[in-house]
Amino acid sequence: MQQLAESASSAPAVYRRHDPAVLRDALRKMILVRRFEESAEQAYMRGLIHGTMHLSIGQEASAIAATLPLTDADYITSTHRGHGHCIGKGADPKRMFAEFFGKETGYCRGRGGSMHIADVKRGNLGANGIVGGGLPIAVGAALSIHKQRSTAVVLCFFGDGANNEGAFHESLNFASIWKLPVIFVCENNRYGMSMSVERSTAVPHIAQRAAAYDMPGVTVDGNSFADVLDASEQAIARARGGNGPSLIECETYRLRGHSKSDRNRYRTREEIDAWSARDPILRFEQELLRYGLIDAATVEAIRAQVEQEIDAGLAFAQQSPAPVRAELTRYVYTPGAGASDDRYRA
Amino acid sequence: MTDTVRELTYAQAIQEGIAIALERDERVFVMGEDIGVYGGAFQVTGDLVQRFGTERVMDTPISELAGAGIAVGAALTGSRPIYEFQFSDFATLAMEQIVNQAAKLRFMLGGEVSVPLVMRFPAGSGTGAAAQHSQSLEAWFAHVPGLKVIQPSTPHDAKGLLLAALDDPDPVLIFEHKLLYKSKGPVPEGYYTEPIGKAALRRAGRDVTIVATSMMAIRSLEAATLLAAQGIDTEVIDLRSVRPIDRRAIVDSVRKTSRLICVYEGVQQLGIGAEIASIACESEAFDYLDAPVIRLGGADCPVPYNPELERAAVPQVEDIVAAAHRCIGGRH
Repeated sequence: MQQLAESASSAPAVYRRHDPAVLRDALRKMILVRRFEESAEQAYMRGLIHGTMHLSIGQEASAIAATLPLTDADYITSTHRGHGHCIGKGADPKRMFAEFFGKETGYCRGRGGSMHIADVKRGNLGANGIVGGGLPIAVGAALSIHKQRSTAVVLCFFGDGANNEGAFHESLNFASIWKLPVIFVCENNRYGMSMSVERSTAVPHIAQRAAAYDMPGVTVDGNSFADVLDASEQAIARARGGNGPSLIECETYRLRGHSKSDRNRYRTREEIDAWSARDPILRFEQELLRYGLIDAATVEAIRAQVEQEIDAGLAFAQQSPAPVRAELTRYVYTPGAGASDDRYRA
Repeated sequence: MTDTVRELTYAQAIQEGIAIALERDERVFVMGEDIGVYGGAFQVTGDLVQRFGTERVMDTPISELAGAGIAVGAALTGSRPIYEFQFSDFATLAMEQIVNQAAKLRFMLGGEVSVPLVMRFPAGSGTGAAAQHSQSLEAWFAHVPGLKVIQPSTPHDAKGLLLAALDDPDPVLIFEHKLLYKSKGPVPEGYYTEPIGKAALRRAGRDVTIVATSMMAIRSLEAATLLAAQGIDTEVIDLRSVRPIDRRAIVDSVRKTSRLICVYEGVQQLGIGAEIASIACESEAFDYLDAPVIRLGGADCPVPYNPELERAAVPQVEDIVAAAHRCIGGRH
C-alpha cells in the first residue's frame, strides 16, 4: 500500500543534497547486495559452492551509504563480510559470483574466494580474512595518498570484533598522529561470531574509542541509509580537506549467522525478529516513496532488473572456465624479477 | 658511476644504498622506530633525516604491527616503503601483516597486485642482548611462499642487494647480522644491484663445500684459512638468499667436492641446513657424496646472556674447523 507521497522538499537534508537518480541507484545496489547474498547462499545449499561464506544480510545500508560519496580514485579496505562493500565500490556481481564458484573469471581468478574479493582498479584493496587485517593497510594507502599530494581518501570497513584487536588501536593512533585521510567505518553488528559487544568491549559505544586517538567519533543508526550517508559525507569531507581521520560506528545487525557453521545458540529468535523489522532496505525504500523520490513502478523495475543481473551472473559463473592445476603456483611472485625458485631449480 | 670503490662499513653501505634510492625514486621512503634524529638503533639511517627530511625518513611509534601493515598498504598504492625493524625479534609483533597480508595478497588476488616493500631486520647474537634481542628467525619467513628472504654478509652485498630489493616487485625481507654493521669492505660508488637468489662463491676449494649464511659465511671463510694451513682445501658458498635459494650453486659445488657442511645461526633443527642438505640429497649431487652431510646451526635453546654460553649457542670458527675434519675423516 502506497502512502500519499510527501513532497521532496520535506525530505531530510542529506537526501535533498543528492540527485534522486543517485538515491534510486543506491536502493538498486542495496537490493543487489541482498539478492547476491541470498543467491550465493542458495547455491551453497545446493552444493554448487564449497567452503564457507559470511553474509551481510541486514547490513546493506552501512555498506552502500558509506561508499556512496566515494570516487574511483578513493580506496576502501573491506572485511570477511564484504560483499556489500564490493558492490558499493562498483564491483560486477558476475565476477563476484565467478569468484564464489572458484573460476578463472572471478576477481581473484578463483584463488581467493568470498573472503578476498578485491577490485583494485576501482580502488577496492580487498576483503580480508583476518579480523583487523585491513586497518593498517588502509592507513598505508592513506600515507601514499598523502605523499602523492592527492585529495583521495580511504574508507576502512571493520566489524565490532576488530575493535579489540591491537591492529585497530595501532592504526587509529598512526592515522591520527600523521593526520591521514582515513575514515574508519565500524559495522557494529553486535556479535564477534558469538561474543556480544557487551561482553567483549569495555565501552558501551565503539565510537567512544575515537577520543583516545583525538579524532571525531560518532555512533549512527547503521540501518538508516540517511544517517550513515550523512556521517560518511562529513567524515569524507574532513579527510579530503586535510583534517585527518574519523571513526563512524554503524549500529546494525547480521540477520544470518556468522558463517555456515553457526547454530544461533548465542541469541534469541525474538532478537532476530526485532532486527528483521528494521530491515534497512525496506526502510530506505519506504522513505524514498514517502518523499516522492521514487515510485512503486520504478521499485518493481529495479527488482526485476536485479533478478536479471543475478541470473546472468550465476550463469556466467557456472559457464566460466576453472583454473588449471598446471597454474597452481602462478601468482605467488611477480614474473620477470628472478622471483621463482624454479629459475635455480637443480 | 660505479668505477670508484671505497672501504665502507656494512652500516654505511646500507645507508648509502638508501640515500641513492631516496634520490633516484620519489616513491621510496623509510620508516621505523628511532630512525630519524636518533639515527637508528644501529646508526644505519644516521643523518638521512637531515638530508631528506621527515617526509622521506619517518620516525614511527613503537607499533610494529601497524608499521608493517602501513608498509603493505603503501606498497599496494604506488609507494616503495623501506620499513626498519629495530630488532628482528620484533617481527613477532608484526607476523600477521608480514605472513597473512604481504606474502599472500598477490596470490589471493589472482595476480592483480604486487607488494613491492622492503623490510630490514637487525638479527643475530653476539651482542650480549639475550634471548629477545638475538634471534635468527630468517627460516620462519623463508617458509612462507610469497616472501623473499636475503642475508647479505658484506658491505658490497648489503648495498647491492638492498637496491635490488627496492627494484623488486615483491616483498623482500633483509636480515642484517648486527655483528656485521661495523665490518668494512670495498663498496662501489653509485647505483648497482646484486641479483636476489644467487649465491656467491667466496672461496674455491676441492675437498669440502661449506654453504653458509650471513655472519656464518664470514666465520666459514676464517675457518677455511685455518683449514688450508692444515691441508684441507675448502670451498665456501655464501648463500646470500634463502628464498629463492640457489640450488644450482649447491649442487654444482657438492658434485665437485663430494662433501657438504651447512653453517647457519638459526636453531639447527628444522632450519635452513635441512633445506640445503635436502637439495644435495634430492639431486644428482647425491651420487657424488662421500660422507654424511653435516649441519652446524644454533643450539636448541634461546640465546643466553652469559658471554661464554652465548658463544656456545652459535657456531664459532673452531666448530666449523672441527666439522670439516669430521667430514673429511668420514671418507669411505
